[in-house]
Amino acid sequence: MPDGVAPVLSVRGLKTVFRTRGGEVHAVNSVSFDLRPGELLGVVGESGSGKSVTMMSLIGLLPSPPADVRAGQVLFDGADLLTCGADHLRGVRGAGIGFIFQDPMTSLNPVFTVGYQLREPLMTHMGLTRAQAQVRAAELLDLVGIPDAARRLKDYPHQFSGGMRQRVMIAIALACDPKVLIADEPTTALDVTIQAQILELVRDLRHKLGMAIIWITHDLGVIAGIADRVMVMYGGQIVEQAPVQDLFTRPRHPYTRALLKTVPSVRGARAEKLSVIEGQPPILRAAPAACAFANRCPQAFARCCVQNPPLYPAGPGHDAACFWDFDKDAPKDG
Amino acid sequence: MADTALPQAVTPQATAPEAARKPLIEVRGLRMYFPITAGVLRRRVGDVKAVDDVSFDILQGETLGLVGESGCGKSTCGRAILRLYEPTAGSVRLDGEDVLAASPDRLRKLRPAMQMVFQDPQASLNPRMTVAAIIGEPLEEHTRLTRGEKLARIYELMDQVGLNRDFANRYPHEFSGGQRQRIGIARALALNPRFIVCDEPIAALDVSIQAQVVNLLEELQDRLGLTYLFISHDLSMVRHIADRVAVMYLGRIIELAPREALYGAPLHPYTQALLSAVPEPDPALEAHRRRIILTGDVPSPANPPPGCNFCTRCPKVMPVCRTVEPDLRELEPGRFVACHLYNQTAGITAAAGGSPGTDAASIQQGE
Repeated sequence: MPDGVAPVLSVRGLKTVFRTRGGEVHAVNSVSFDLRPGELLGVVGESGSGKSVTMMSLIGLLPSPPADVRAGQVLFDGADLLTCGADHLRGVRGAGIGFIFQDPMTSLNPVFTVGYQLREPLMTHMGLTRAQAQVRAAELLDLVGIPDAARRLKDYPHQFSGGMRQRVMIAIALACDPKVLIADEPTTALDVTIQAQILELVRDLRHKLGMAIIWITHDLGVIAGIADRVMVMYGGQIVEQAPVQDLFTRPRHPYTRALLKTVPSVRGARAEKLSVIEGQPPILRAAPAACAFANRCPQAFARCCVQNPPLYPAGPGHDAACFWDFDKDAPKDG
Repeated sequence: MADTALPQAVTPQATAPEAARKPLIEVRGLRMYFPITAGVLRRRVGDVKAVDDVSFDILQGETLGLVGESGCGKSTCGRAILRLYEPTAGSVRLDGEDVLAASPDRLRKLRPAMQMVFQDPQASLNPRMTVAAIIGEPLEEHTRLTRGEKLARIYELMDQVGLNRDFANRYPHEFSGGQRQRIGIARALALNPRFIVCDEPIAALDVSIQAQVVNLLEELQDRLGLTYLFISHDLSMVRHIADRVAVMYLGRIIELAPREALYGAPLHPYTQALLSAVPEPDPALEAHRRRIILTGDVPSPANPPPGCNFCTRCPKVMPVCRTVEPDLRELEPGRFVACHLYNQTAGITAAAGGSPGTDAASIQQGE
């Protein structure tokens, strides 16, 4: 993807802290990234790595307290979403940035029909009349591949299967033609054959609608099949970002390297013993003063335990936050 | 997915020792129906056929993988084998003794030999009991050890599963997900079982932790000679841990084969679609891979279609599939499949890798 294209969404130095009874948890630590028009950015990380919290912080979806977005800038459509005020944010959430959640059963309202839930954003944000919204709602259900769309508008969420409910969620997120779609583990709760259907649908819709997508997942297989660029998160920070092919063939952060090795495949060679990452992910009681991965890292040396590595360039469009130089197999200078 | 169907590659693994090993678990015609009731009188109006006529063996010391999508009956099958449910029909023999026919007293005597590791360690560990109490509870129930002997055994078990002895008096919430699953495994091992049903033991864990738990299960199997039924929806993990794999769809086993044969050249159209749906962690491969995308959803097990259960979604469906239910037949030694495509035994090569698999309507090219 060419550089120099103005990003649709630009995040700088985002910090989110949760205040809990046990003290503060620094869930997101100085996260900065750009989303370019039309690209699909995959975000990978384990639970607790801060990937969902980052995206929910962007559009003010975290309840405060306990969450506190301490610092940073989120530039979208000429405004900073962290300071723009509730009314502007409400408009952005409905029409500028669409959101798909992991579990469609808990994010659809069980007491309203699917038609009602689809019409709501269309009438609020697009100013359509009820009749116009009804027509558009049927088009949207048709777009996401739900058969007999006009009749199914009268059905309630429980009358749909898991895969069909996720299609409804996608239709709602797409209702107001958002420029950006954030999908938080949208296929994790689905069976693998249904996941394949949804991935196929997204590949198809991307080309039809041309929006930029942020796709959060812990599944490297899904990322490989769908993303243009990938961001790897660990301990509330971006530890590596790269074009998808580059990330899988030339990972330059020890966490990414280890992660790629732990995933078994259904094809290709079968390893006798699975490679593991020893130890546990960190609990982020304080802003990191050292590398968050140092205690599990095979490459770690003295510097890693006293200083937090910034993102170093590792190739075209490729950055990694590590003091180790994998090309020279030696610590980086400076 | 590998399109190469090589019948000669489907050699029964290690024929000589395999033949010598005898089955530890023999399941025959297992049925588990849950009644659907209606009205004030709770009249029985139908059945959910969660497990419908399932038969298989598990050999001494082997791991049988049981895979399928949610609702296919794989967990129910695991629980019915241990008689955590009272099955509707069928028999389950553990080392020759029928578990389903055993009297309550006899069943209690059999329990130590067959244990279970549950999916969600959070839900299957009592939050008010310490780790030592949780691991020690089976010892309390089934043995007459002194307090000192019991503690020694608890420590031994904690060492075996890689838990620090100093944490014996802590509570489950003080542990991470992976460590909690180790507690569940230690509890299952307490009575020296011979057979363990692992019901999605890694589904709730992160990828890096999954590998730790799977390696632990494999080490314990080698050291203690355990036999596993490993239930999972994660096809890549099952390929790693299982010796043989059974695929379930809507309450039935539709294919059962040695691991390499099943993953190398799946025979049943559902197995083919299932494997094809698993994304590959390799962008170059993903870009060109042919995928079989199934249409529609799994029918309700309360109202399965007549004929073959898979006929509503099968890309290779034939008229006969909608009327006649296919039997699970042994096509080659150790390879079982329930599909009308293989009713002429000679058809195995043609149907597995040949033209029906590349049916234009059902296959989509990745971009």
